[in-house]
Amino acid sequence: MENLLLIFAGTVLVNNFVLAQFLGICPYLGVSRQVDTAFSMGMAVTFVMTMAAMVTFFIQNYLLIPLGLEYLQTVSFILVIASLVQLVEIFLRKVSPVLYRALGIFLPLITTNCAIMGLALLIPREGYNFIEAIVFALGAGVGFTLAIVLMAGLREQLEMSDMPQALRGGAITLIMAGLMAMAFMGFAGVIGT
Amino acid sequence: MQTDIFLYAVLTMGFLGAVFAAGLTIAARVFAVDTDPRVDDIEEVLPGANCGACGEPGCQSFAEGVVAGKVPVNGCPVGSADVAAQIARIMGQTEAATRERQIAHVLCRGNRENAVARSVYDGIPSCAGSQALGGGHKACPYGCLGLGDCVDICPFGAAVMGEDGLPQFDPDKCTGCGKCVEACPRNIVTLAGISKKHHIYCSAKLSAKEIRKVCSVGCIGCQRCVKACPEEAISMDGRLAVMDYEKCKNSGECVEVCPMNTIQSMEQKELVKK
Repeated sequence: MENLLLIFAGTVLVNNFVLAQFLGICPYLGVSRQVDTAFSMGMAVTFVMTMAAMVTFFIQNYLLIPLGLEYLQTVSFILVIASLVQLVEIFLRKVSPVLYRALGIFLPLITTNCAIMGLALLIPREGYNFIEAIVFALGAGVGFTLAIVLMAGLREQLEMSDMPQALRGGAITLIMAGLMAMAFMGFAGVIGT
Repeated sequence: MQTDIFLYAVLTMGFLGAVFAAGLTIAARVFAVDTDPRVDDIEEVLPGANCGACGEPGCQSFAEGVVAGKVPVNGCPVGSADVAAQIARIMGQTEAATRERQIAHVLCRGNRENAVARSVYDGIPSCAGSQALGGGHKACPYGCLGLGDCVDICPFGAAVMGEDGLPQFDPDKCTGCGKCVEACPRNIVTLAGISKKHHIYCSAKLSAKEIRKVCSVGCIGCQRCVKACPEEAISMDGRLAVMDYEKCKNSGECVEVCPMNTIQSMEQKELVKK
């Protein structure tokens, strides 16, 4: 239990996917203009991450490893993630058109999100078991949501401020992302070796 | 051995692909959503800017509205008459009532030279900001504040702030979406059909005496244009002459008689500015 908590907290804060491992930077900068949409995006990513972690775990351990086909990891995981996102999209469209509309373009965006691919590839490397893999995926999703919502909050504030022309838009966003990454480095000492 | 690995690889990937393809096919069948194909067709025809000028949240809701009969086929002010005609065809109507393209005009000629400023404003660079701070920095309470809220909101880049402190609209780029009309805190931006040449460039409901103190090109309410117009398109709203664009036939009589040069034709206004 303690081990799982450590994995979770470690992924959310210390090894945050966005701010420490620099995965999923594209939606982090692209979809962080409003807190609402940022949160929806975070939730969608968390969901797909957890699903993908489960499916890829089985494929890795019961298909690729027994057949000695580990080198096909990347290809098969891409297949899993793309199909999963499609499935989620079809499902959402039927069950909750409102949520489908709200997520809109984000769902297809998740397909090509490196954070999810990175997660799927990191799980075998870390040697997690099934439960640990799920907790790890949840932590990664929550960490992503945390980073993107924080960023969106900051950017909403910045809309009101009088900034030099040259810094507006992308420039100040990148500076803020850098500062946030440095601030998150402070967590590195919290959880020991 | 070599062939084994090759075979396993091909079979495994083929198996995975087949499983996912089957899964997705079944899911698509089970969770199929019935949509009217006309919605997609209409959306295809629309400009797709999701500007909201029609009053709907976006182009998709507009298309759904048209199919549901809640929105008129020519309801998209941004799309040309051509778009309206195509939507009408999709909806099975033969003739769409076409609507003239509208463009925006700021009904004020009070630039830095013509109008008097009563204070220096150095706050948030926005007309709404100046307006909120004691009612604006212009002496005329109806004059253009020249801080460009209309320029900022324009989704099509049609509005540019002129050097004289008045915004200019590019008639070629302006789609008549009306965002600037809403954005202007003084409500002095209006839409008029593109064929209308003459405009009363003043929104001030002030007396002649008050107007002369604050602006050299404001409407003094002399009513000469009202009498001169052969179509009776100009009427008085209190002490301000107002144009009814539906009646205007571009005679240009009003421009001739206006003693304050408030009424200008569009080309003439450009000349005056240069």
